[in-house]
Amino acid sequence: MLQYLAKRLLGLIPTLLLVGILVFMLVHLLPGDPARLAAGPDATPETVALVRKDLGLDLPLPQQFLRFVKGAVTGDFGRSMRTKRPVSSEIASRFAPTFWLTVWAMAWSVTIGMAIGIASAVWRNRWPDRVGMTFAVSGISFPAFALGMVLMQIFAVKLAWLPAVGADSWRHYILPSLTLGAAVAAIMARFTRSSFVDILQEDFVRTARAKGLTETVVVLKHGLRNALIPVVTMMGLQFGFLLGGSIVVEVVFNWPGMGRLLVDAVDQRDYPVIQALVLLFSLEFILINLIVDVLYAVINPTIRYK
Amino acid sequence: MNAIVAVAPSTARVRTPWSEFWRKFMRQHVAVIAGVFVLLLVAAAILAPWIAPYDAENFYDYDRLNALPSWQHWFGVDPLGRDIFSRILMGARISLTAGFVSVAVGALIGTALGLVAGYREGWWDRVIMRLCDVLFAFPGILLAIGIVAILGGGMTNVIIAVAIFSIPTFARLVRGNTLSLKHLTYVEAARSVGASGWTIVVRHIFPGTIAAVVVYFSLRIGTSIITAASLSFIGMGAQPPTPEWGAMLNEARADMMSSPHVAIFPSIAIFVTVLAFNLLGDGLRDALDPKIDQK
Repeated sequence: MLQYLAKRLLGLIPTLLLVGILVFMLVHLLPGDPARLAAGPDATPETVALVRKDLGLDLPLPQQFLRFVKGAVTGDFGRSMRTKRPVSSEIASRFAPTFWLTVWAMAWSVTIGMAIGIASAVWRNRWPDRVGMTFAVSGISFPAFALGMVLMQIFAVKLAWLPAVGADSWRHYILPSLTLGAAVAAIMARFTRSSFVDILQEDFVRTARAKGLTETVVVLKHGLRNALIPVVTMMGLQFGFLLGGSIVVEVVFNWPGMGRLLVDAVDQRDYPVIQALVLLFSLEFILINLIVDVLYAVINPTIRYK
Repeated sequence: MNAIVAVAPSTARVRTPWSEFWRKFMRQHVAVIAGVFVLLLVAAAILAPWIAPYDAENFYDYDRLNALPSWQHWFGVDPLGRDIFSRILMGARISLTAGFVSVAVGALIGTALGLVAGYREGWWDRVIMRLCDVLFAFPGILLAIGIVAILGGGMTNVIIAVAIFSIPTFARLVRGNTLSLKHLTYVEAARSVGASGWTIVVRHIFPGTIAAVVVYFSLRIGTSIITAASLSFIGMGAQPPTPEWGAMLNEARADMMSSPHVAIFPSIAIFVTVLAFNLLGDGLRDALDPKIDQK
C-alpha cells in the first residue's frame, strides 16, 4: 500500500510541473506588457521599468519561473494589483467557505445520488427507476445558476425560510450546497445505476441469492462493494465539477469564497490573484483525485499490484 | 421447353449496421421525440431573424414594461421593454452555435489526437496523454475561465475555451477505442496486405470509433451549452444586450423580486434544450450498444 502511495505521489510531479508552467505562462500569454499592466495605465516609462525590475520581469523566463515556483511553495504570490495587499491574505479568508461548500455539496449529492442509483437498479424499469432517472436526467440538464435562482426565489424570498446570501451560519450553506450538488447527485445516480445493473447480473450475485440470502444482504453486501469501484472513480472526477461549479454558484449566492474572488479578479484583470486561484483550485483537485485513487486501492486490492 | 426459374426477390430486409441502429433507435420513443425537438430547435434557430415577432435587441415596448405573457408577447416583456420570446429565439441561435461549434472543434482535434496516441503508442501516446492529464487537472469550468482571462470575454473566446475543454475527453475516449480495435483480426489483416498506417487508421480504425464519438458528441453539446451559458452568466461571455440565455438570466437577476418571469423563460429554454440533447444522446447510446438487444 505504501509503495502504491509513493508511486502515485511521484506520478503527480510531471502533472504539477506542467500545471505550474501553464499558470506561470498565463501572465506572459496576455496581450500587452505585464509590467505596464501592473504599473497602471498612466505610469511613466520610468515607473514601468521600475515595476518590471521589482516584479523580476526583466529576468530570463526560466529564472522567473523558478522565482514563481519558490513563491508558490512558500505561499507568496505577490500583491493584488487592485488592493495592493498580498495575494495570500486576499485568499486566506476565502478558502474555508468554498472548501466547506464543496464538501457539503459532495456529501449530500453522493449519498442521495447513490441511493437513487441503487433503488433504480434494484427496481429496474419499474416506477422507482422511472422517477429516479427522470430526476437524474433533469438534474444534469438544469444549469446550476438557474437552479440557484429558483431555489433562492422560493425558499429565501417567497417563504423566507432560509437566508439568501452570505455564509455566516449553517443555514446559509443549505441553498448553495443544494444548488451545487444537484448535478452531481444526478450524475452519480445515473452512474451508480448502470454500474449496479451490471453487477446484479453477475454470477456471484446469483450464487448469493441461491444460498438463500435476503435481497437486502445481496444488494448491500455483495452488490455495493463491487459496484462502488467505478463509482468511486467517478466521485473524484465529479469533485472537479463541483470545484468549477462553485465559481458559478458563489456568484448567484454572493458567497464570500474563492470562486467569486476569481470572477472579480478576471473582471478587473488582477493577474496575480487569478494565477494563485487557478493554481489553488487545480492543486485541490489533484489532491482529491489522489485521495480517491488511494480509496480505490483500498476497495479494490488488485489495483495495488499492477 | 426451357424451364423458367423464377427468383422471387427476398422480402426480408437486409440487416445492415445502419438499419439495425435505426430500428433500435426508433423503438426509443423518448429519444425520437427529443431528436425531433432538436431538429425543430435547429430550424427555429436558423430562421430566428425571420420568424421572431420583434427585434430582439432594438425593440422597446415602453407601455408594457415587465408585462406578463400575453397573445402579443408570448413570454412577456422584460424590464427594458424587450420581447422575451424574440430574445429567446435569437438566443437559441447563439447557444446552439456555441454548443455545436465548440464540441465539433473539440471532437475533431480530440479524435485526431486519440487516434494518433492509440495507434502509435510510445512517445506520442505519452506526450498526448500527459497533455490531456494537464487539461484535466483544471477542474470543470476553471480552464475555460483561465482561457477567457487570457483571451478576454466575448462569445468567440467562450467557444474557443469550451472547445479546448472538450479536447481531452474525446482524446481519451478515442484512444481507448483505438487501443482495443487495433489488435482485432481485421486490422491485422489490413496490415498484412500492406495497408499503410494512414489507411489503417482512417479506413479501418476510425469508423470503429464513430459510434462512441457520436454518442459523446450529443451528450457533450448539452454540457457545453450549460458551460457557455454559465460563462455568460458570470459576465465572461456574451455581453448585454446580446440575447444569450445565460446573459439574459444574469440581467434578470436584478429584477427577480418584481418580475420573476423574465428569469423563468431563459431557464426553461436552457433546460429543455440541454434535456433534449441528453435524451437524444442516451437514446443513441442505447441504440449503438450491442448489449441492449440481449436484455
